Amino acid sequence: MISPPPSGPLDRPAAHALAGRHWLRAWEPIPWILALGLFVLFPKHLAFGTELLVTILFALSLDLVLGYAGIVTLGHAAFFGAGAYTVGILAKRGLWTEPITGLILAAAVAAAVGLGSGVVLLRTRGLTLLMLTLCTMALLEEAANLAHDYTGGFDGLDSLPIAPLLGRFEFNPLYPTTQYLYVLAVLFVCFLFVRTLVYSPFGQSLTGIRENILRMRAVGAPVRQRLVLCYTLSAAIAGVAGGIWAQANAYVNLGTLALDRAATVLIILVLGGFGRLYGAFIGAVAYMALSHFLSKVYPTGWQLGLGLLLVVIALFANNGILGLVETCSRALRRRGAGAPAPGASAGQ
Amino acid sequence: MIWGVDVASMLLGGVAAGMVLFIVSVGLSVTMGLMGFVNLAHGGFAMLGGYAIVQAMKHWGLGFVPALVFGFVVTALVSVVLERLLYSRLYRANELDQVLLTIGLVFVMIASVTLLLGPENQPIRLPAALQGQIDLGIVRYRTYSVVLIAAGLLIAAALWLVFERTQIGAQIRAAVDNRRMAESLGINIDRLFTITFAAGSGLAALGGGLGAEFLGLDPQYPLKYLVYFLIVVAVGGLGRVTGVFWAALLIGVLDFVLKKYLPQGGTAFIYAFTILLLLWRPQGLFGGAAR
Repeated sequence: MISPPPSGPLDRPAAHALAGRHWLRAWEPIPWILALGLFVLFPKHLAFGTELLVTILFALSLDLVLGYAGIVTLGHAAFFGAGAYTVGILAKRGLWTEPITGLILAAAVAAAVGLGSGVVLLRTRGLTLLMLTLCTMALLEEAANLAHDYTGGFDGLDSLPIAPLLGRFEFNPLYPTTQYLYVLAVLFVCFLFVRTLVYSPFGQSLTGIRENILRMRAVGAPVRQRLVLCYTLSAAIAGVAGGIWAQANAYVNLGTLALDRAATVLIILVLGGFGRLYGAFIGAVAYMALSHFLSKVYPTGWQLGLGLLLVVIALFANNGILGLVETCSRALRRRGAGAPAPGASAGQ
Repeated sequence: MIWGVDVASMLLGGVAAGMVLFIVSVGLSVTMGLMGFVNLAHGGFAMLGGYAIVQAMKHWGLGFVPALVFGFVVTALVSVVLERLLYSRLYRANELDQVLLTIGLVFVMIASVTLLLGPENQPIRLPAALQGQIDLGIVRYRTYSVVLIAAGLLIAAALWLVFERTQIGAQIRAAVDNRRMAESLGINIDRLFTITFAAGSGLAALGGGLGAEFLGLDPQYPLKYLVYFLIVVAVGGLGRVTGVFWAALLIGVLDFVLKKYLPQGGTAFIYAFTILLLLWRPQGLFGGAAR
């Protein structure tokens, strides 16, 4: 997992592990190769693939607040919906239909919502915070329902006129090649941003806040500003996810703001393993593939299985699929080496 | 005079709804206050109880009151099993695990009920004596609402007596205020929690059955009303019986009045009210020191 550092003054394994954990690993291009492979090999499933990539992006934004900063929120769909409605309203009114700048606007609006709510909500913790995030999202949903002159109310806005990408590539709802590649590119850019962020000193201090908030306060870290900034950035990415979802599907509805979506993305992230960047990928693939095939054939059984799975994760597998993989590979390596590897626990 | 009648009938309707909210939510408040456990599955127990009550009346011809008792007992037993098997493993875990466990339980409950009885709404058949209207002097009103208010007051009074006048009530109050100190004094917190959890779930079952007439009873019940139950607990304060009582009445009346005069924006107003209140007093209107 850890590639050997260039020869130098670092001769302690833990120091190696710490200094080298942001390095690109050999397996890291694999998800992107698979995503391109899906494009080439399964052109019939691109609509599903687009949905999958949007879900990964949304889960990635949640990973930033939940996995790195340790903020437990039940209201993350608020930002997804804010981005989606920004794109939807601007397009429906004919004010702005260009996709890429539309996404930037969606990110800005979602970031504003994140900043505004984060400044007031992040003073609280625990159950109160959970309640407040839930109520904020419910409030936005109600507001979107009320303002039906702008948002279409319960019916939402459909047939959004989205301009061709870069002025050339049309969004075709029946044959979503443009959407797929567009979402993949946006996901890649956002992923690079998040990856850089979490390994930066800022990201390290977020992890510190998650692990021990008292100690971070004691060493003089500006805890609240960091949390609010993280919340805002995450909201912006969730807004991009919402905006791109609205562009790819050419519609928005109240479901983008619903508890259902917020709970689903939480489940996806936890299933994959939070605080690990790639948990969003693994979780989204596992969840979406299962739900795609099971939920249509046998919806009740799918819900039952999902419920049982959550209970098992909560009780036994806190770190999701990636956590299990890490535990297994660590155990294998220990057996191979005969003694515990000293650097193995330093990574996470 | 007409205006006074209007106000009176509206208050009665709101208070009746508030009583149901109180009966369902009080158990949630006490268990959250005792263990700090985020139990999102509480509405699920209300639903299970409601289903048990409706089924018992339909298939075994049980009367309304015996069916309520049956629902209480069955739900309390189910909750004890779940508490010992699952909840007790996560008392000292973080909120995220508790949220996941209880969301999972909600899904399991929804799916099992759908599998067994289908996704339709289960209508409850009230006994003839509870239907119709009753003359209260100034206003004629639905008998059932008056019965609900009486039942709510009765339960609130009983709970108040238990909490203020019995050994176990004193132990619960002590544990809510300071769990470590209570444990040091030899109070068996785990056993206390099992008992209150069972009683709280049983009460939720009563609330599910009593409220089925106007809240309905279908598999989506636990998710549909989850936010309401949580709001009542958050506004009332954790582990506070009287706080939850007043909060439930407040939310019940607010909801009733707003739905009548502002059918569009009523719910939004309640969410906004809750957000502002929690920012002002994170421990709730009636909660003690900040936790």
